[in-house]
Amino acid sequence: MQVYADNAATAKIRPSALKAYIDTATQYFGNPSSLHEVGQAAKEVLENCRTKIAAAIGATAREIIFTSGGSEADNQAIFSAARLGAKKGKKKIISTAIEHHAVLHALEKLKTEGYEIVLLPVGTDGIVNVKDFETAIDENTCLVSVMLANNEIGTIQPIKEIGEICKAKKVPFHTDAVQAVGHIPVDVNDLGVDYLALSAHKFGGPRGVGALYVRAGAPLFPLVEGGAQERGKRAGTENLPAIAAMATALEESLAHLDANVKKVTKLREKLIEGLSKIPHSALNGDRKKRLAGNVSFCFEGIEGEGLLLYLSDAGISASSGSACTSGSLDPSHVLLAIGRVHDVAHGSLRLTLSEENTEEEIDYLIKAVTEVVEKIRGFSPVWRDLQSGKRQYIL
Amino acid sequence: MALYSEKVMDHFRNPRNVGVIENADGVGEVGNAKCGDIMKIYLKIENDIIVDVKFETFGCGSAIASSSMATEMIKGKPLSQALELTNKAVAEALDGLPAHKLHCSVLAEEAIKNAILDYYKRNNLPYDPALEEACAHCDEE
Repeated sequence: MQVYADNAATAKIRPSALKAYIDTATQYFGNPSSLHEVGQAAKEVLENCRTKIAAAIGATAREIIFTSGGSEADNQAIFSAARLGAKKGKKKIISTAIEHHAVLHALEKLKTEGYEIVLLPVGTDGIVNVKDFETAIDENTCLVSVMLANNEIGTIQPIKEIGEICKAKKVPFHTDAVQAVGHIPVDVNDLGVDYLALSAHKFGGPRGVGALYVRAGAPLFPLVEGGAQERGKRAGTENLPAIAAMATALEESLAHLDANVKKVTKLREKLIEGLSKIPHSALNGDRKKRLAGNVSFCFEGIEGEGLLLYLSDAGISASSGSACTSGSLDPSHVLLAIGRVHDVAHGSLRLTLSEENTEEEIDYLIKAVTEVVEKIRGFSPVWRDLQSGKRQYIL
Repeated sequence: MALYSEKVMDHFRNPRNVGVIENADGVGEVGNAKCGDIMKIYLKIENDIIVDVKFETFGCGSAIASSSMATEMIKGKPLSQALELTNKAVAEALDGLPAHKLHCSVLAEEAIKNAILDYYKRNNLPYDPALEEACAHCDEE
């Protein structure tokens, strides 16, 4: 059986989005910046897509900039707010310990440029404490950046409450909503954000395209110079087929949002129930305040890469936050932030579901993961020490 | 997966010499759980010949494959020959490892040396002091 359970990495492209891609590439091949009719027809498609994407998140068309994806959108928002902050003599940025690297690495770069970066902790439930923002934000703060939903453990952050604090303190607020858009209702005004990053391939659009919402009046500087596209905020000929496919995918995701969330949540609960029966295992992140499709577990006594490879042999696509899969000696910063010690964080598994997964696939996932964990524990010296009492169980 | 050679995948899928030797003559353990790699080698030694070897590994696919390959390479061999096994030889026998996984083959070499050192110490046998050094950094955090 083949089971794709890595939808948070990339969701399968929706047939309607693929059709929109091909139709647009064939019928609207003109450059939207050209004055002739072929170019203007492409321009019209571009602006229609902008209106659709804006409507999907409660924004106006003028507040949407198309980008190459979520990482670029996050970077542009952060560097723009930082640059304006520096002009005003404000060089403090507040974020969290569980952000995506698109945010964390941008902040690390700013740190080398003299910015003060404050990464607020999360609880063992993987959720930030709203009160921490009250105390952390001061008159030197030029930006607050908090992800809407976490990519590894799926936890949903109290963005609306943090947005209220930011509004009261008049501090620009950015949210990385890459994992959330198309999966939970997102409204920029309800959330009170000034910047929001989204990415098409997380909701059935193509890879390599995304968008940045920028509230009217919020500063925005281009990362790419070279043309007047996107009102001078992002040079380069627009990737129109991908943009059209993104708009189509988002519309379709939202049209079926309630039904899909209900279906996927049911599958998730079944999977969590099944995997919880594996001894010395634990779910990562709050059980309820998480994305419908996210299941993240730690299994004691094993290392995640072997788990992924054996699962891949069993036809299962999954991911892990182990060091071996991250290419460094440290396991996922998110798992460490929720208090998992290194030894345990190495044995992590992330399964991310979509509405295309079935009950039968969940049964197969439970069976395969249970067997593979047992197999790996069978030759793990750590597991032997745990069983003999030489080492103490943590989970 | 194209990450690893067919040889690595074969040894990962069907690891040779997996398990424990009760009453082993030498046991070597290197690495630590914090870094995500632990290798444990058990040796049965008769007349300076490794008559049996088993391993247990906590680690990634290449760590498991390296342990499997390394144990195959020393089984039935005299200790003097096993001591000459290098991480390079293990990696080559596996048709290569990705650069960031080469430390897995190093662990295999060190685990074997550690097990042999344990055997020498248990039996009060003389050994090259360089062997101590080869194992000294194994347990660093």
